[in-house]
Amino acid sequence: MRRNPREAEESNRQLNRRTLMLGGAMGAMVAVLGVRMRYLQVEQADEFKLLAEENRISIRLIPPDRGLIRDRSGKLIANNEQNYRVVITREAAGDAELVLRRLVRVIPMTPEEVERAIEEVKSLSAFVPVTVAERLSWTDFSKVALNAPALPGVTPEVGLSRKYPLDTDFAHVVGYVGPVSEKDLEGLQSPDPLLRIPKFQIGKIGVEKWMEDTLRGHAGTKRIEVNSAGRVMRELERQEGDAGADIRLTIDAGVQNFAQARLGTESAAVVVMDVSNGDIICCASAPSFDPNLFVRGISHTDYKVLMENDHRPLANKTVSGAYPPGSTFKMVTALAALEAGVITPETRVRCPGYIEYGGRRFHCWKRGGHGSVGLVRSLSESCDVYYYDIAQKVGIDKIAEMGRRLGLGQRFDMPMSAITEGIMPDKQWKLEKHKQDWRIGDTINASIGQGYVLTSPLQLAVMTARIASGRAVAPRLVRMVRDQELPVPEAPPLEIPPEFLAAVRGGMNEVVNGDHGTGKSSRVVDPTMIFAGKSGTSQVRNISKAEREAGVISNDDLPWNRRDHALFVGFAPFDAPRYAVAVVVEHGGGGGAVAGPIARDVILRAMSDGLPSLEAYPSSQRGRIESMLKELPLRDPETGIVPTKTET
Amino acid sequence: MSFLEYRVKQAPTGLRKVLYLNWPLVVLVTAVAAVGFLMLYSIAGGSLEPWALRQMQVFGLGMGLMFGIALVPIWFWRSMAGVAYLIAFLLLLVVEFFGTVGMGAQRWIDLGFIRLQPSEMMKFTLVMMLAAYYDWLDPKRVSRPLYVLIPVLLTVAPTVLVLLQPNLGTSLMLLLAGGAVMFAAGVSLWYFGAVIGVAVGAVVGVFTLRGTPWQFLHDYQYKRIDTFLDPTADPLGAGYNIIQAQIALGSGGWGGKGYMQGTQSRLNFLPEKHTDFIFTTLAEEFGFVGAFSLLVLYALIIGFCLVAALRNRDRFSALLILGVAANFFFYIAVNLSMVMGMAPVVGVPLPLLSYGGSAMLVLLVGFGLVQSAHVHRPR
Repeated sequence: MRRNPREAEESNRQLNRRTLMLGGAMGAMVAVLGVRMRYLQVEQADEFKLLAEENRISIRLIPPDRGLIRDRSGKLIANNEQNYRVVITREAAGDAELVLRRLVRVIPMTPEEVERAIEEVKSLSAFVPVTVAERLSWTDFSKVALNAPALPGVTPEVGLSRKYPLDTDFAHVVGYVGPVSEKDLEGLQSPDPLLRIPKFQIGKIGVEKWMEDTLRGHAGTKRIEVNSAGRVMRELERQEGDAGADIRLTIDAGVQNFAQARLGTESAAVVVMDVSNGDIICCASAPSFDPNLFVRGISHTDYKVLMENDHRPLANKTVSGAYPPGSTFKMVTALAALEAGVITPETRVRCPGYIEYGGRRFHCWKRGGHGSVGLVRSLSESCDVYYYDIAQKVGIDKIAEMGRRLGLGQRFDMPMSAITEGIMPDKQWKLEKHKQDWRIGDTINASIGQGYVLTSPLQLAVMTARIASGRAVAPRLVRMVRDQELPVPEAPPLEIPPEFLAAVRGGMNEVVNGDHGTGKSSRVVDPTMIFAGKSGTSQVRNISKAEREAGVISNDDLPWNRRDHALFVGFAPFDAPRYAVAVVVEHGGGGGAVAGPIARDVILRAMSDGLPSLEAYPSSQRGRIESMLKELPLRDPETGIVPTKTET
Repeated sequence: MSFLEYRVKQAPTGLRKVLYLNWPLVVLVTAVAAVGFLMLYSIAGGSLEPWALRQMQVFGLGMGLMFGIALVPIWFWRSMAGVAYLIAFLLLLVVEFFGTVGMGAQRWIDLGFIRLQPSEMMKFTLVMMLAAYYDWLDPKRVSRPLYVLIPVLLTVAPTVLVLLQPNLGTSLMLLLAGGAVMFAAGVSLWYFGAVIGVAVGAVVGVFTLRGTPWQFLHDYQYKRIDTFLDPTADPLGAGYNIIQAQIALGSGGWGGKGYMQGTQSRLNFLPEKHTDFIFTTLAEEFGFVGAFSLLVLYALIIGFCLVAALRNRDRFSALLILGVAANFFFYIAVNLSMVMGMAPVVGVPLPLLSYGGSAMLVLLVGFGLVQSAHVHRPR
């Protein structure tokens, strides 16, 4: 490879030329890279920094503690209880299935629960904790903690969950919470981001639902750093939210419990109201159910039992039940007639046991008739004919107007579910609803609270409170929010001449305290607590002519669901009314005999500190009352436990 | 006086050769490799395991190799060029048929203690072969078609084998390195113009044939090109790597987030962060200052090589140094273009920084040849 030096020199020069060209190209490329670097890292830096932050930071919500619900004196009705639960993380567990099988030997879990947990653990990312068991007892919980070395990946945790310590007593009023459903989210314009938290619990019915915004509070946030797989690396910043506001109801838990126990297994409702400010002292519907079942997620069998019970435990009969008021409506007819001037308290009507109108006979409950009847006796002995007569004179429209002034046929705004409006019919109503003209027969039926008239126990309590106080008091259920007393607007006067109200109240006094009163078995002898009221027995069926001719069939001989409703409204003390009460016992029979004693016991309980004193009862009833009170399954005020009946 | 004798007389002998090494180059290479150790340590979350320690061991071994090769006279290596090329080529054939399949590609022979990648070997043997060829060839004949065809075949044959593995990145590197040596050797610029024209035509062809049974590239390679053209189109799939890499780079800003503070790499948003995308971690943690400094170090290495080539009057030596330097440069250029979103993601490591034994050893062997050429240059 010998070359002549000139040629070698020439080729070497060319090599150097090309080397420099290559070097130049490389230099240019390095410059381009440098410029690109500057563009990305200096000019675009802020944008990319933002993107890197977005990558890394995730904002999580901290659910606020739900506000507590207490009774009027502060007793807990809805509480946030420590919820001991066990979570498992697949990543830390290794073989999650094996660990779960071991866990079953430590805590009680059904095979289905285990299967569900295994499935959930497998379907989620390895580092996502899955709740395996909830609401463990402290013993089970500590067992898990003790066995921790054998249970890798299993962590015992403490959270809060809703608990209703007075379970059945407030099921209808307070309702319950449950996990957010698709239905809850429907129609919400911009739902609270909290609702997107899996298993977040919101109010489903009752106060829990209607006061949701107050009780829920506002979410806190924490900024956390996550890696590319979404695993939380650390918490960067935490901003606590606002806990939900505690609320206090107007209800007295003691009275409520007494009423619930007193109603027992009847399908019944009782409402007690403070006549001065409308505070609902008691609002009990029987039979009841345990709302705690719903918080946990009610089992299919439990739900079926509740649904199939013909006494409808899930219904809140106090506000949702619409019943023909029967004779408890007579005060409305009487006041309408008095105000219209068609009668005075002294006007007398002759009752032969029936009246005939348009070829039809309208019977008084007393077949033989009451003879000559005035206002007071028409109430105390509940003469129907008296009302048939005066109702025709005053007309349905005035009766309906009086009914509405007393609170019937309208919906009161309270934080409860399914509040019924009832029906206070008039001519216009029938034309719109049934496309028919009002008939006098309709007026006759309506005058004694039958026919189209429907009222809820709450409305009856309001009506009674208004008659007792002379003011248009409205019911209220919430007394305090976040330790602030809610203002009570002063109820406007009813504008019914006081002498008319006094006359009607006098009649109600005779019902209970008169010698022939239909409610005389509900008498109170304590002079500071004299009870006055009105009974009602409303038919739920038409009595056919054949039946009437065959003789009146005793209620006891009828199937339960065709028996009369028993109603009673009342107030006490008679001379200075404090509380009004309304009782409806579905298919209970006679109002005076069945509903009256319940109304008396509950209103006495409301006026007493603890169980009503036996002194308040007529001496002839004391023995029976004493044993009845002793038998009541009342909740222990200290422990909250309801005694189970023991056979003696 | 034969050429050989002339050189023997002039070259240093024995251990004195050590003094004649291109020491700035050694220092620069070590400095860049040290940056690599730092980054691997950081990427492992502040741990020598699993990458930094092994990388340091390989680097130590590689430095030993480099010095060993440097002390052997360059004319010995020139005489070995043909044999080395042949061995590498045969090994490429072997892996084509018997190689271990990894990451969807046949790339290495498992020798038990090390996984031999013939494609890596081919990088310096091709350069050696071409340098030897042009040393032998009369410079006047360099541009004659027949004598152009020979080096083209020498380059294209291994390139095709590597492409079939399939390893797009390395085959591209071989092509570029071969082209660079031919360019330096003085092949007429017309040829290069023609090749560029054909390449443009081929690109058009590749895209035209896409989706047909005769399509030229694997689907994942097509996808990489699509992603390059519009990384945002598939931000969670194919475009994820490049978007996250740019976020890491850009969020480093001027001064970086600090050593071991890179959120993108520490929280695993970065892909392949210890291999092809190692530069993104560096840029995130040390910012523009750090990234640009690295670029300067690389430029200095290439610069020293170019100066060494210019000062070397032996044609084989100069071409060899140029070939190694060009190869080194292409790796840097393609890798940095790739992570900075200027080129498709083709899977080319960043020399001296990316974790990988074979690549590191081959690189240091290449620098060993450069040193040998430098030490034994005619004076």
